[in-house]
Amino acid sequence: MEHLLKINQLSKSYGGISACEDIYFDLYPGQVLGIVGESGSGKSTLLNAIAGHLAVDSGEIIYLDPQGNTHIVNQLPEIKRRWLMRTEWGFVQQNPRNGLLMKVSAGGNIASRLLDVGQRHYGQIRDTATHWLEQVEIDPKRIDDLPGTFSGGMQQRLQLARVLVTQPRLILMDEPTGGLDVSVQARLLDLLRSLVRNFHLSLIIVTHDIGVVRLLSHRLIVMQKGKVVESGLTDQVLDDPQHPYTQLLVSATLTP
Amino acid sequence: MRNTSILQVENLHKSFTLHQQGGVNFSVLESVWLNLNPGECIALSGASGTGKSTLIRCIYGNYRVDSGSIWLKHQADWVNLPKLLPHELLAVRQKTIGYVSQFLRVIPRVPALQVAAEPLLEMGIDLEIAYRRVKELFTRLNLPERLWNLSPTTFSGGEKQRVNIVRALSVNYPILLLDEPTSALDANNRQVVMELLEERRLEGCAMIGIFHDQELKSIQNSQFQINPSKASSYE
Repeated sequence: MEHLLKINQLSKSYGGISACEDIYFDLYPGQVLGIVGESGSGKSTLLNAIAGHLAVDSGEIIYLDPQGNTHIVNQLPEIKRRWLMRTEWGFVQQNPRNGLLMKVSAGGNIASRLLDVGQRHYGQIRDTATHWLEQVEIDPKRIDDLPGTFSGGMQQRLQLARVLVTQPRLILMDEPTGGLDVSVQARLLDLLRSLVRNFHLSLIIVTHDIGVVRLLSHRLIVMQKGKVVESGLTDQVLDDPQHPYTQLLVSATLTP
Repeated sequence: MRNTSILQVENLHKSFTLHQQGGVNFSVLESVWLNLNPGECIALSGASGTGKSTLIRCIYGNYRVDSGSIWLKHQADWVNLPKLLPHELLAVRQKTIGYVSQFLRVIPRVPALQVAAEPLLEMGIDLEIAYRRVKELFTRLNLPERLWNLSPTTFSGGEKQRVNIVRALSVNYPILLLDEPTSALDANNRQVVMELLEERRLEGCAMIGIFHDQELKSIQNSQFQINPSKASSYE
């Protein structure tokens, strides 16, 4: 099996402050990678750097496309990188309001991503939008409603539907369950797990919720002060933490 | 060199350092050697705290060892588990080693049937076939049918444990690791589990487990004594 994504010696600093230092890992198809760490550990910077929202100082983000071609994503021309983010990759924002078009209907939000990739057949687009609303368990009757009339959990799922419609291979998620109540959170986790299994989707999830990574991610990276201090399979890192910071993180977690 | 065995543990060492408690370090496994053949069941014995669960967790790759090798036959190849890359270890767990832990961790609201069928589904088995297999095992373990479509989060300890056992037994793993698989079960269900395990053993499955004394009457096994922080041996 070949990796889908490879991060090599990635570094990013803000002025004199190093936010990510020498980060490396690889990700395989169908794998979920969790990135945990306290606020300010650099985990969101890393995610935004991979997505191209931030320019990196050094290092490489290497992506292997379905045709077997290798791309150094952080060296791609802007137009090609944007195309990638609209098709084979997706980004789910912590605050769904940043990932949705709030003045456009739920169906329109999904459709706009399809229009971006050149679909023009209105009937087909509406059918596809309906299908993906059902997939994320939103009543298709709400297709013409504005996202502002949805609950937080529904907005988060709509954001996911909007990304899923182009059937991406990799989705980057920043605190996707933050601010959701626990029953909605369970529903989203269940949904993500079945998507990963059924579509062989790869996910990178940044979160501070150990419970979420325990249930969702195969692998885990622990960051502190811009560095990866520990990595491994999720159960290895959480059941047998080696680094002092990971031990602190695990011991501070409330286990239900 | 690897002869007929399926698993060989060589000179295994495992210690824990507790950074939150003044950096105290204690050694749990020191120089453990173990050889497991297909169709063999090794019962780990030793007082509580001697490292029986630790050894099982090391063999599953749940705990990372300090030194030593864990060679096992995965598909046609011999692999040394502590040296595997994460995705390789995931593949070994998917196809070669099944593990019944003492805990069941599940996403709330996912029904028991789906929780138990997960290992089969991850192997790419059809939903219908996977569910049929799981239902057979649920029936055999007397898990009431009214529970099948409910989330195990609300189940009793014994019911959760049976879901966990079905997860591990639904796939025909060549190696099974069993950490007190029947601790929360009543005598009747305990008997059913041990019969199931003995059937598996006769089919060639290799097992390492922690069992209670009475249970060992129903499965043919060899005893392996674990001593605290000393070389361990067969009896």
